[in-house]
Amino acid sequence: MTTMTRQTQQESTATESLTGTLKDSQDNQDSQGSQGAVQPAISVRNLWKVFGPNAENVPGTPELAALSPRELMDQESCVAAVRDLSFDVAPGEVFVIMGLSGSGKSTLVRCLTRLIEPTNGEIFLQGEDVLAANEKALRDLRRRKISMVFQHFGLLPHRQVIDNVAYGLEIRGDSKAERTRRAREVIDLVGLSGNEHSYPDQLSGGMQQRVGLARALAGKPEVLLFDEPFSALDPLIRLDMQNEIIRLHKELGKTMVFITHDLSEALKLGDRILIMRDGEMVQIGTGPELIGAPADNYVRDFVKEIPFSGVLTLRWIMRPAKPGELLDGPELGPDVVVHEAVRLVLESDHSVKIVENGVLLGVVGNHEILRVVAG
Amino acid sequence: MNEKPATRTTANTDDSNTDDSASKERGRHAMTRSLASRSRPTRAVAGLAIAATALSLASCGATKVSDISAGGAKGSSAKCGQFNLAVNAWVGYEANAAVIAYVAEKKLGCTVKLKNLDEQVSWQGFSTGEVDAVVENWGHPDLVKKYITEQNVARDAGLTGNIGKIGWYVPPFMVKAHPDILDGKKLNKYASLFKTSESGSKGQILDGDPGFVTNDAALVKNLKLDYKVVFSGSEAALIQSFRQAEATKKPMIGYFYEPQWFTTEVPVKKISLPAYKPGCDVDPAKVACDYPLYKLNKVVSNTFATSHSPAFSLVKNFSWTNADQNVVAKSIAVDKMPADKAAKKWVDANPDKVKAWLVGTGVS
Amino acid sequence: MSSTDRTLDTEHTVNRARILRWGSAVLVLLVWMVGFVTLRGRDTMALAQADLTPLHERLNGLNDAVSAGRSTNPLFIYFFDVIRAVIDAMATAVQAFIAQPAFGRPVPLIGWLGVVAVATFLAWAFGNVKVALLTAAGLAVLGMQGLWIESMDTLALTATAVMLSLLVGIPLGIWAGLSDRVNAAMTPFLDFMQTMPTFVYLAPLTLVFLIGPASAAIATLIYAAPPVIRITAHGIRGVPQETLKAAQSMGSTRFQLLTKVMLPMTKRTIVIGINQTIMAALSMVTIAALIDAPGLGQVVLKALQSLDVGTAFNAGLSIVILAIVLDRVTTAASVRSELARRNPTGRSKRLRRPALAIGALLSVFGVYMSYTYVWAAQFPADPDLGGPIRRTADTTSKWAQLHFSGATNSVKDTLTDKALNPFQMLLTDSPWWLVCAVIIALALIIGSRRAAIGAAICLAVIVGTGMWADTMTTLAATLVATVAVMVLGLVLGVWMGRSPRADRLIRPTLDAAQTMPAFVYLVPFVALFAASRFTAIVAAVVFAAPITIKIIADGIAGVPGETIEAATAAGSSRWQIISKVQLPMSMRTIALATNQGLIYVLSMVVVGGLVGAGALGYDVVGGFRQNSLFGKGLAAGLAIVMLGIMLDRVTQAASRKVDVTSAGHH
Repeated sequence: MTTMTRQTQQESTATESLTGTLKDSQDNQDSQGSQGAVQPAISVRNLWKVFGPNAENVPGTPELAALSPRELMDQESCVAAVRDLSFDVAPGEVFVIMGLSGSGKSTLVRCLTRLIEPTNGEIFLQGEDVLAANEKALRDLRRRKISMVFQHFGLLPHRQVIDNVAYGLEIRGDSKAERTRRAREVIDLVGLSGNEHSYPDQLSGGMQQRVGLARALAGKPEVLLFDEPFSALDPLIRLDMQNEIIRLHKELGKTMVFITHDLSEALKLGDRILIMRDGEMVQIGTGPELIGAPADNYVRDFVKEIPFSGVLTLRWIMRPAKPGELLDGPELGPDVVVHEAVRLVLESDHSVKIVENGVLLGVVGNHEILRVVAG
Repeated sequence: MNEKPATRTTANTDDSNTDDSASKERGRHAMTRSLASRSRPTRAVAGLAIAATALSLASCGATKVSDISAGGAKGSSAKCGQFNLAVNAWVGYEANAAVIAYVAEKKLGCTVKLKNLDEQVSWQGFSTGEVDAVVENWGHPDLVKKYITEQNVARDAGLTGNIGKIGWYVPPFMVKAHPDILDGKKLNKYASLFKTSESGSKGQILDGDPGFVTNDAALVKNLKLDYKVVFSGSEAALIQSFRQAEATKKPMIGYFYEPQWFTTEVPVKKISLPAYKPGCDVDPAKVACDYPLYKLNKVVSNTFATSHSPAFSLVKNFSWTNADQNVVAKSIAVDKMPADKAAKKWVDANPDKVKAWLVGTGVS
Repeated sequence: MSSTDRTLDTEHTVNRARILRWGSAVLVLLVWMVGFVTLRGRDTMALAQADLTPLHERLNGLNDAVSAGRSTNPLFIYFFDVIRAVIDAMATAVQAFIAQPAFGRPVPLIGWLGVVAVATFLAWAFGNVKVALLTAAGLAVLGMQGLWIESMDTLALTATAVMLSLLVGIPLGIWAGLSDRVNAAMTPFLDFMQTMPTFVYLAPLTLVFLIGPASAAIATLIYAAPPVIRITAHGIRGVPQETLKAAQSMGSTRFQLLTKVMLPMTKRTIVIGINQTIMAALSMVTIAALIDAPGLGQVVLKALQSLDVGTAFNAGLSIVILAIVLDRVTTAASVRSELARRNPTGRSKRLRRPALAIGALLSVFGVYMSYTYVWAAQFPADPDLGGPIRRTADTTSKWAQLHFSGATNSVKDTLTDKALNPFQMLLTDSPWWLVCAVIIALALIIGSRRAAIGAAICLAVIVGTGMWADTMTTLAATLVATVAVMVLGLVLGVWMGRSPRADRLIRPTLDAAQTMPAFVYLVPFVALFAASRFTAIVAAVVFAAPITIKIIADGIAGVPGETIEAATAAGSSRWQIISKVQLPMSMRTIALATNQGLIYVLSMVVVGGLVGAGALGYDVVGGFRQNSLFGKGLAAGLAIVMLGIMLDRVTQAASRKVDVTSAGHH
C-alpha cells in the first residue's frame, strides 16, 4: 500500500517531463532527429526483426510488411518478431516493455545490443548508431555502456560469485585489484556481502538474480536492460527484488529498459510502458494513461485484472461539469489516484472539483468513483 | 622376445620386506599422535612416506640396473645389423621363424626384429623396406606376381624343405567307424552324416581362413558332391571344430593342411580325391582334382638379398623336414614353451643341420 | 470443458495414427510375403565366394597403384612419411619410458614401482583415494599375471593413440559444437570412422604409414576419436543459450566466450568424451596386434593360434583390468571438480596442497628407485597369478565344452531352423528390389520421410557395391542378434533398474564382457555352438548386451520416485508398475538402447566372420588376408557402413516418433 503511494507520487512528478518527451518523440518520428532539449538514452526507429527465409525482404516490401502474422507465415514462412517499432527512452527513465509471451519483447530487447541482429531500422544509444558499430565498437559498447540482466540469470556455474560479478571487468582488461574492489562494492550494493565465494548453484534463485544484477552494475553502464528478470522467482522474492530495483534506481539513477509480462510489475516500476502484440506496438504511455484510455481490447484485457483505484488518477475519470452543477465541493489535483480520493468524494455532498494551476479541468462525483471501485 | 629379466633379485626383495616392516613399526609409534588429527589423504601420504623411507633404507646394497648388462646385443652385431623377419600367424611358420631368429641372433650376432604380420602385409613390407624375409610361403601366385614380377622388390630364396599338403580331412574316430570314408568316391554316401544347421539338407565341408588357397566350392560342384562349403572364417575356428568333433565323436569333414602342429594332437586323416595332374587346376572354375603338394619356399626382399648380410645366407640355406618343424611347433603350441626356448631346444639337439645353414655366413 | 474435448480429440488422432501405422506395416509385410512366394529366387544378386564384380577389380587396381607408387610419390615422401615419423617418435618415447629397454639400459627408464607410484598419485590427485587404491591394486595384478611388460606396451600405445585422438578430436569437437554446418558435414565421416571395419583399412594403412606404432596408433585413432569429437560437440552445444548471451552482452570476444565460458562449462562432458575414447582405443588392442603392435593383443593372437584359451583369457583379463582402472579414474576425475566445488573451503582443502606435494615427491622417489634398482625395475616373478588364472580358464572352458556342447548345439540347431533360416531366406531369396521397397516403406512407417530417403540412399549404395546377397545374410543375423540383445536388455535392465543391489552385482560383469576382446571367447564358443552363424550371433550378443542393459537400467532407475509412489498408492502390483509405469516412461531410453544395441551388434560382424557367419564379415576378413580380394573386402566394408547408417537413422527416427506420440498421448 505504501509502495503504491510512493510510486504514484514519483509518477506524478515524472509525468510532466515525460509527456514532453513523448510528444517530442511522436513529432519527430520521421525527421529522426533528436536534437531536442534532452538527448534520449535510447532511440529506436522503424525497427524490424524478421525470422525466416528471405527475412530481409519483408521490411522493405510494403505488400509483405502489410501482411498479418498468419499470412506472413503461410506465404513467406516468416515470423516478424519485431515490426516497425519506434520509441525513445529518456535518460534516467524506467521504460517497461510489456506483452504476452511470443509478443516479441525479448527479441526487441536483444536487438538493442544486437545479441540478435535486427533485420532493419535504426538504434541509437546516446546518439551513437548501434547498428553501424563494427565488432570492436559493439564489444566496447557492451563492455562499458549497456548491460543486461537475464530471466534465468545466465551465470557461469564454474565461477564463484565474485568472479561472476567481475567477469565483465575481467574481459575488458581491468586489473585484478581494481575488479576485485569494484566487484566487492557492487556485491555489497545488492546485499550479497558474505557470499562472495559461493558458487551460483549454492544460492537461492533470488540471490542468483542479485548476482546477475551485480554483474550488470559492475561495469558502471549507462543503461541497464532487464529481460523478465523476476519471472523465474517466487512471488515474495519477486516483490523483494522489485523494491530492490526501485531502490537502486533511486540511488543510481540509471536508465532502465525492463521487460515483463506482469502488468502490476510494469505499473510498479515503469515510468512509461510500451505494450506489444505480435511484434507491434499497441500502445505507449504512463500507467494511468493505459488504464484510463486503453487503445484497444488487447490492452483493455490486460488492464482488466488490475485494481484500477490504486493506479488510475482522477484525470482519467473526471467529467466536465454539467451546466448549472453546483461547484462548491472540495478541490483535488488531477494526478491524485482514485484510491486516495474515494473517501473525500463519497463524504462530500457535491462533486469534487479537479483543479490544476487554478484552472478547473472537470469534476468527479460518486458515480464516477463507484464505477472504478466496483470494477 | 627376451623380455623377461635375466637377473632376479628375489633375495633382496625379501630383505627389503623385513626391513620395511621393522622401520614402519618404529615410525608408527613416533608419529601416531600427530597423524591422529589429520585428514585421510594426509594420513595416507604420511604412511607412504614412511614406507618410502623404509624402501630406500632397504635398497642399500640391492642390485642396481647399471650392474646388469643390456644382454642380447653382444657379439658382431655390426656385421649383421638388423634383420627384419616377418612372423605370419600360424604355428608352423612361427617355428621356422623362431629357429632362424635364434640362429641369427646367437650365431651371427644379428639384431633380429620379429614382426607379427599377416601374409599380405608382410609382402607389402618388401616394397616399403620393412620386411627382409618371409620364411614359409604357400604359393600365393597373386603376391608373387605383384611383388616379384611387377614391382620387382622381392625374390625367391629357395625351399624350406617342408612339403605342404592341402585337402579334405576327417577326425580319426571317423576312419575307425567308417573305414571307406577316406575314399573320395564314397563321399556322397556319407553326406547325410555331415548335415548341420549351416548346410541344410546337404553335408557340410568346413573351410577355414579366407586367406587359404581353396578350390572347395568348385570341387563340390565338379565332382557332383551332395555337399555345401561353409566358411568357418579362421584357422582357430577350424582347428577347434576338429578338436571338438573328435572329443564328442561328432562327424565332421573339413579343409586342412600339413604340416600342422594340431596333427600331433589329433591325427586327422586326409581323404583321397581324384589325383592331381599338372594343369588340372589351371581354370579355378573347372577344378576336379585334388590339391597339389606345395613345396614351401622362402621369399626375401631384393635389398636384403643384395646386402651381403650373413642373415641372408642363413635364410637361403635354411631347410628342414616336416618332422623337424612339427617338433618345434609342438613345443610351442602344445607344451606352451616360449618360441625362443623351443628353438633353442631344437637347435641344441640338431647341431649338424644348423651347421649346414651357416655355410657362407663366415661363421662356423 | 473445451480442453477435455481437445484432449479426447488428440487421443483419438493419436490412436488413429497408431492403428494406421501398424496397419500399414502389416500390409507391407503381407505384400512382401506374397512377393517372396511368387518371385522367390529371382533377382537375388547372389555372388559366389570367389567372384568379383568390376567395381571390386577397380578397387584392387587402385590399391595396386598406390602400392607401386609408394616410394616415389611426393605426397608420401613429404606428407605421410613426416606424420609417420612424428607419431613413431611419440610412441617410441612413451615406450622408452615405461615399456621397452631404452638408452642402452636393459630395462625401460621407469620400472614397475615408478609406474605404480606415478599412476596411483595421478589417480589420487585427479580422482580420489578409492580409485587410487584401485589403480595400485589393478597394476599390481597385471604384474602378477606375468604380463607387466605387455601391459605397459599396450598402455604406451593406447596412451599415444589417445593423446593423438584428443589432439585432433577436441578441437574438431569444439568446431562442430560451434557450427551447425561443420557438425552436419562431420557426422557422416564420424559414422564412417566408427562403422567401417578396421580390417578393411588395416592393410592400406600399413602401406601409407608403414608397419609400426604409427599405423597402429592411426588405426586406433580412426576408431577412437569420434566419441570425443561427438561428446565435445554435444557439450559445447549444451551450454545454455542464456549464459552465452549474457557473456556476449558483456562484450566477450569469441575467444573469451570459448575459453572463459564454453570450455570451463563443458569440462566435465569433455572428460566423459575422453573416457569413451580411452575405452574405444583399448578395444583396438587386439586388432592393432595384426600389424605388429606390441602388447597384450599379441599374447591374445598368439594364444589363438594354438587354441590356448587360458593364455588368451589371462591377457584378455589384463585388458579388462586396464580398461576398468582407466574408466574408473577418468570417471572419478570428471566428478572431482564437482566435489571440490561443493566444499570450497574447509580443512581438507587447506591440507590438500601439502598432501599433493608429498605425494608428488613420493612418486618421484618411486621413479628414482625403479630407475636405479633392479627389484623396482622388473616386476618380481612371485607371487604368480597368471598360472592359476590360465589353468582355471582352461579347465573351465574344457569342462564346459565337453559337458554343454550337446545341449548348446541343439539350442543352436532349433533356433537356426526356426528363426534364423526362414528370416534369412526371406531376405536373401526375395528379389532385391522387393526387399528395398519393403525396407524403405517400413522406414517411412516407423520412422520418417527423411529416414526413408536415407534408407533409399544407403540401399542404393549397397546394391552398387555388388554385395547385396551377403548384406542380406548379415542383416538377418544382425536383426536376430538385436532382438536377443533387447530381450536380455529388458530383463536384466529392468531388474537392475529396480534393484540397486542387482545393479552393483551385475555391472562389473557387464564391464568385463564389454572390454574382454572377442578373440578370447571365440574358441570356447566354437566348441559350444560349432562354426556357424549362430556362434557369431552369440558373440555379438555378449558384446552388445552390456551397453543395452546399462542404458535400460539407467532409464528405469531414472523414473521419478514420486511417480512410482503414486502408482503404488493407487494399488498397482509390481508387474503393473513395470509394465504400466516404468517401461512406458522409459520408452525413449529403450529406443536409444535399441539403437546402440544395433550399432554394437553390427560392429561384431567381422568377428562373426571369423567363427562361421560368412557373408560380409567373411568378405572383409578375406579382403585383409588376400591381396586379390582387397576390392571385395572394401566393398563389403562399405556395405557394413551403409547398413549401420541405415539402421541408425531409421531407429533414431522411430525413437523420435515414440517421443512425439507419447508427448501427444500424455
